[in-house]
Formats: sequence, structure tokens, C-alpha cells
Amino acid sequence: MSDLIQIAQDTILVPVGLIETDLDRMLGELTGSAIDAADIYFQSSRLESWVLEDGIIKEGSHNIEQGAGIRAISGDKTGFAYSDELQLPMLLDAAKAARAITSSGGDRTVRITGKEVAGRQLYAPINPLPSLSETEKVELLRRVDAEARKQDPRVKQVIVSLVGAQDVVLVAAIDGTLNADVRPLVRLNVHVIAEHKGRREQGSSGGGARDAFDFFLQEERALGFAQEAVRQALVNLEAVEAPAGTMPVVLGPGWPGVLLHEAVGHGLEGDFNRKGTSAFSGRVGEQVASSVCTVVDDGTLPGRRGSLNVDDEGTESQYTVLIEKGVLKGYMQDKHNARLMKVDSTGNGRRESYAHLPMPRMTNTYMLAGESEPDEIISTVEKGLYAVNFGGGQVDITSGQFVFSASEAYLIENGKIKQPVKGATLIGNGPDTMTRVSMVGNDLKLDAGVGVCGKEGQSVPVGVGQPTLKIDELTVGGTGQ
Amino acid sequence: MMDMQQRQRQLEQLVDDLLTEAKRCGATAAEAGVSSDAGLSLTVRMGEPETIEHTRDNGLGVTVYFGQRKGSASTSDLSPQAIRETVEAACNFARYTSEDVCAGLADESLMATNLPDLDLYHPWDLTVDDAIALATRCETAAREEDERIFNSEGATLNSHSGLHVYGNTHGFIGGYPSSRHSLSCAVVGKEDESMQRDYWYTLSRLSEQLESPEAVGQVAARRTVSRLGARPITTRQAPVIFQSDVAVGLLRSFIGAIRGSALYRKASFLLDTLGDQLFPDFVRIYEEPHLLRGLASAAYDNEGVATTHRSYIQDGLLQSYVLDSYAARKLGMQTTGNAGGVRNLRIDSGSLDLAGLLKKMDSGLLVTELMGQGLNMVTGDYSRGAAGFWVENGEIQYPVEEITIAGNLREMFMGLQEVGTDVETRSSVQTGSWLIDRMTIAGG
Repeated sequence: MSDLIQIAQDTILVPVGLIETDLDRMLGELTGSAIDAADIYFQSSRLESWVLEDGIIKEGSHNIEQGAGIRAISGDKTGFAYSDELQLPMLLDAAKAARAITSSGGDRTVRITGKEVAGRQLYAPINPLPSLSETEKVELLRRVDAEARKQDPRVKQVIVSLVGAQDVVLVAAIDGTLNADVRPLVRLNVHVIAEHKGRREQGSSGGGARDAFDFFLQEERALGFAQEAVRQALVNLEAVEAPAGTMPVVLGPGWPGVLLHEAVGHGLEGDFNRKGTSAFSGRVGEQVASSVCTVVDDGTLPGRRGSLNVDDEGTESQYTVLIEKGVLKGYMQDKHNARLMKVDSTGNGRRESYAHLPMPRMTNTYMLAGESEPDEIISTVEKGLYAVNFGGGQVDITSGQFVFSASEAYLIENGKIKQPVKGATLIGNGPDTMTRVSMVGNDLKLDAGVGVCGKEGQSVPVGVGQPTLKIDELTVGGTGQ
Repeated sequence: MMDMQQRQRQLEQLVDDLLTEAKRCGATAAEAGVSSDAGLSLTVRMGEPETIEHTRDNGLGVTVYFGQRKGSASTSDLSPQAIRETVEAACNFARYTSEDVCAGLADESLMATNLPDLDLYHPWDLTVDDAIALATRCETAAREEDERIFNSEGATLNSHSGLHVYGNTHGFIGGYPSSRHSLSCAVVGKEDESMQRDYWYTLSRLSEQLESPEAVGQVAARRTVSRLGARPITTRQAPVIFQSDVAVGLLRSFIGAIRGSALYRKASFLLDTLGDQLFPDFVRIYEEPHLLRGLASAAYDNEGVATTHRSYIQDGLLQSYVLDSYAARKLGMQTTGNAGGVRNLRIDSGSLDLAGLLKKMDSGLLVTELMGQGLNMVTGDYSRGAAGFWVENGEIQYPVEEITIAGNLREMFMGLQEVGTDVETRSSVQTGSWLIDRMTIAGG
């Protein structure tokens, strides 16, 4: 038995007196001739957050959640119930409710075999919460605040938040799966407001990883976030109106990879493609992007925010090529959609918690490096936009429309980066936009680790990344000329 | 389900236990909330049940004060042991947070003493089979409405009931059950190369007040096919109508900008505007927290403070901010009983329905969908993806997509020409459609 399964059993099952034969009994409750798949997902999570504002430690809070979600699938029908009381009678009730999607059931016993797992550890199975003492956490917040304030007298407000979480999950399924993961996650965010001559602007920065809190002390990362947030706010104090209309757009490396997340990522999730509601449905093997584009979803990067040892269905995460040299290679799958599409799960079955159903979700989605020098890319633009930082994005996977909002951008004139412009939304059509990517830089960078993706009301941590790239034509939603 | 009154007594006892435990641990003040919800969420897709989810959610949260230091903790576990651990965790945090002169419970004299029954609890005695039948009727109506509807994301029925109890060490305790039911439908249409999806939904505290399943399905289908063949328009300046369901977002942004937490952080474009003209003279915006059966009705706010009818905009002038006790102390003001937000916000309608607004606009853009979060609350700069229809001579000409609309909210508020009579009622913030004089549209 892997260490992770042992930790998960010790964390979740032992304290409530559940033993492995109880799992067999629950799974037995979920079997029957009409049931194609069923699983039980146990979760225990603890989260801690701290907020510094106005120079004082204003808030500290702690949250503990635990429960089990039970799912039974018959054909393309799914029955689901969950309980936050981990007692056998409640769990058996939940199993009966989930199984009620079919009229028959409960006629088979299941033995969990516990498939041999490679024991891969992309991150240490730690609880990050005690990795710094409370005094050290408070000290870290104060140092970040001081660092931001000392950058420039125009800084008027600094908000620093520090969040740590540990998520322990254990999955057992009637196909014999027994797998577990212990997922640490930390995040630090800095938000500043700068004021000059009556004008106020904001800047924000942050980062995180599946690691302990001392991640922020290494390489003075936390202080770097403070400097970066102030730099952005000061740049925005100088920003002029953003242009309105279509123009060439150069996206910087790293976080602007939110482009890929929105323009192609969601549209390549298995559920939409099984149902035929995505603009990319039925297009495997077709050219859907320019030949300089290779896009992957990679849950196997050590320590990354979007990485998973195993997904929430117990499948090992993978490196999945979505688009290779512009050709669509495949979709991201969970078990349910993979079974219905007669392919294998790609380890993308994720859920916000035990109280939510899993579905195909991204992990870390990025574009591989190309061959162009970033300077060379900018030098080819006569008049356009250079966007380096973004807020969120959104996509309509059916029409392919997507948006993402620049929070730091500059005009490009005659191949040179000029004055900063105010934030503006960029809009395009995913498949069209990807065919207009004409140059890809050699400077692949992943984001700093703060991404949250929302789908059907469920939030999960994700990563994005890309090299500098040029889109020949994209609509920029400013107010200027 | 257990008798609601009995369950409410149980949750009140839990709150009492939490507060007692907090005092035992040395807290000088404390507040606690406990909630318990249960429901059914079910989707029918392509005529077959797709998912059936039985939901049951519990939660408790406690905030303790040691003088003016604060700590909080929450859990989904309502057991006695969890209560002790949660209070202990909150107290532990209070050892490390700073003295904050503004921290603390709301003033005792402001606690609500009259807790009227606002008639928010109307459980729906609905079997899974009944629910499947209703969702099936809804989706079938959508799929049969137009031959261009070729696919579906399904029809979803939600029915939830719950209880929420709040109490604090001033001796305030309040609690009430509530219910919420909805039916939604999303379908996909195709014509030539264009594929579009759209949706519609109905929402109420009473199942009897939901629109018929067929009506919901038909509107979803009509909205979907009306978007087929959408195209960008060229970059220009033009008047814009925000259809009522998206105009709700503008009203929410206004409230967000006069909220205390944004003001004391200087993170609002409406700093220091009390008494200023923010809208044209004809505009009146107000809050009615005591509406019977209202989607956001409550007799007390999240701190136990009595809620009241409140005017925010009268004759275009800002009358009040939206404050909880913390923000109020930060700003040297009095709480407005808005911990947790505004409850049933309304803006007065004029005399024109949507067709009338289109006539008044003559030529411009009707926005029916917005995309992205392109709003900077510090500056009011607004830039969002949009879809809708181009209008000429007061008539819809063709569907539009892949465009952005941009402006500054302060100017957009002053540029409000008319509010329609087509009030969006499925929201805690209710408004008719807005006609705004001019925005920048960026497109192909």
C-alpha cells in the first residue's frame, strides 16, 4: 500500500472508526447489473488564511471540511449524494440515494484491489499549516507590507493575504481503484493602491505552489511580489486610454497563458466534446491553430499549483498533448466521459470538493516554446498592443467567443514598446484566434501560481503558461483611438 | 425531513453552545452562525435524466474578540467536539491578530428586536420522478420550439430548503427557514457554420410562482436561435441598451462602489461622493429588506443589526453608503445594517418597455450578454466582452458578437437615459433595461 493511501486512511477513516471492509460494503451497495461505474470520494481539508490591511494583522481564520461524495453511473446517467457525517449508516444512505438513478442494485460485493501505484510524489505529502509558526507568518505579512510601502511614497494602501491548505483525498471505486493524494497548497497575494495628484490606481501580484509556507521565504519571493504589485500600480498611474479596435497583439510570457486556458482549454474538455457542444467538437486531426502552436495540459510538473499526483478519480495525472503543431490531438478526459467516448481517462477528473461531482478540468495548461526572440516579435509590429498582465477570462465554448482582461499593457509603435495603457478586455473567437498566432517566443514561462478556474460553479486551482507570442489580429476593447 | 421548528431550536442551541464555549475560552465577545440546507438538483438532457444530486450542507462559523483582537474559524462538522475545536482555533488566531480599534460586534443598541416572519419558507414536496417530469417538459419544449435547436445542455431543476441561525454575545439570536426553487434550460442551435447556446431560468421562493416549464424552455430556445449568424460590427461610438438581466450587473457595480469595505480601502471610484449627483435627476434607487417572500429579504443583517428600508439615490443624488459596523467605524459613520450586502435593491422604472427603449434609442446596440470581469473598481473603467443585437430605426437588425463595450462607470451612470419597465425579478437586485447615451464599441 502506498504511503499516500496510508496517510489518507489515517487522516480520514481511522478517526471516525471506518475500516476497509466498510468501504467494501459501501461499494457493494453501489453495484448492480445496470451500474457501469461508481465511486466514493473521501476528503478532509483544512485551510488557514491571514489578512494584513492598514498595516495591521486584521484577520486570521481557519476552516475544516470533511465528508464523502458517493456517485453511481448507469450509461450516461449519474446519481450523486454526499454526507459530511462520516458514519457508516449515513454513508450507506447516501450510497442508496446515489444508486437510485437505476431501480436495481446492491447485488454484488466488491473487493478493493488497490491497484499498485507508482508512488510518484510531485510534492511532499505535508500539511503546510504548521510549516511556519504563527509568529513567523505574522512576521512574513509585516515584512511584505513594509517592502511594498518603502518602494514609493505614492503607495497608499497595502493588503497582503496568506493562505495555506491541505487536502487529503481517498478514492475507492467498484472497478477496484483505491488511491489517495495528500495535497498541500500555499498562496500569497499583495494588492496595493497608489495615489498621485488625485489619481488612484491599483496593482497586484502573488504566487503559490504545492509546498510549505517557506516557499515564500526562498529567493525572497514574497518581497518580490510586493515590489511587483507596486511596480504595476505605478505603471498604471501613467496609463493612457487603451485603443479600441482590431490590431496585432503581442502577449508576454507566463500568466498571459490565460489566453490558452480560455481560447482552447475549456473547449477541449471531454464533457463538452462528448455532448457535441464545443466549437472544437469532432475536430480531432484537424488544423485548429497555426503550425507554430503546440499546447499541452500537464498535471505532472513538480510542486505546481495545478499539479496532482492522482486526480479526484484516482487516475494518475498526465502530460497530455492537446494541440501539436496546430493539429488537434485529443481532449482532456475524466473516467465518465472517457468511457462514453471509448478512450482512456487523461487524469483530468477533478472536483471542488466531496460535495461536487467530478468533471474534466485543466491542470497546468501551456504552450511549448517556439524559436523567436521576444524582441524580434515586438519589432515586427508597426502599431499594436503588448499585454503582459491579465485579470480573469471567460469563454463561451459553443460559439468559441472568449475574453481576457489585460491589467498591464503598452502600445507598440514602429516595433518599439511605448506608453502604458489602461486595462482593456481582449475578445476573440478561440479557433480563429489560434490560427492567427504567427510567432512564438523561445521564452516559455509558467505563471507564479495563483490561478483559479471556475466551471459550472466549481473552483479548482490551475496553472497556465506560454512564451511571448504574437496574434496578428485581435479585438482590443479600449475607449481610445 | 425533521420538523423545521425543532431543527431551528437545535441550531439555536448550537449557536448558544458556540458562544458559551467562546466565553469559557476567555473571549470578551463573540458571534456565531450555523446553517443547514438540503435539496435536490437534477438535470435532464436529451430527454433522459443525466444527473440526480441529493445535497445536504451544514456549516458553522464563529468569530471571537479578545478586546479588539479578532479570530475566526469555520467547519462543516456540527458535532460537539468540532464546536470545541473550532472555537479553540478561532481563539488561537486572536492571539496573533493585531489590536484593531474598529473591530468588534455591532453596537448593542442597534440589534434587531422585532423579527417579523417574512414568509420565506415554502418547501416543495417534490419526488425525484416529479422533478424529472418537470425538467423533461422544459427541455422538450425547448428542443421542439425551433428546428435549428439540435443539441442541449439540458434542463436543471433545483429545490433547496434551509435554516440559518445567527447569534452574538449581546444576547441577540435570530433564525429563520427559507426555500429557493429554480428551473433552467440551456440549448444549442446551429445554422450554416454558426453554433450558439443560450439559456433561460425561473427562480422563486415558492414553487407555485415559477414560470411554466414550457415557457422556460421556449424562451431558452428563442434566445438561442436569435443569436445564430451573429457577427462583429466595426469599431464605433453608439448608445447602448443593457437588457434588464445584464443591467442588474451595473446596479451591482454601483452598490459595490459605495460599499464600506471599498471606501475605507480607497478602492472605489465613488470615494467621498455622499450628497453628490451620480445619476440623472429622475433616478431613485432604494432597498426594501422586508419584502414578503423576497429573494434577499431579512429582518436583520449578518451582525444582528435591524435592516431598514433605505434610499441610496434620490433625485440622482447619493443618500447613503452601504456599511457594516466595521467599515462604519473606519469611516467614522454609523452602520447602515448592511453586513452581508443589500437586500432587495430596486431602481424606479420609467414608462417604456424594452420595445419602447429600442424606439427611443433609434440606432445603437442592445446588449444581452456580457463576458469577463473587465471592471476596475478603483477607477470605474469598464471594458467587457459583449453579445447582443444591432438596432436601427428602433428595430433589431441582426445579432452581434465578438465585440467589446467600454466606458467609465461614473460617466455611464450619468449617461443613463431611461430605465425600462421590463424588470428582472429573479435577482436580489432588480431593474429594468438601461439605455445609456454613449459607449465605445470595439469590433472587427
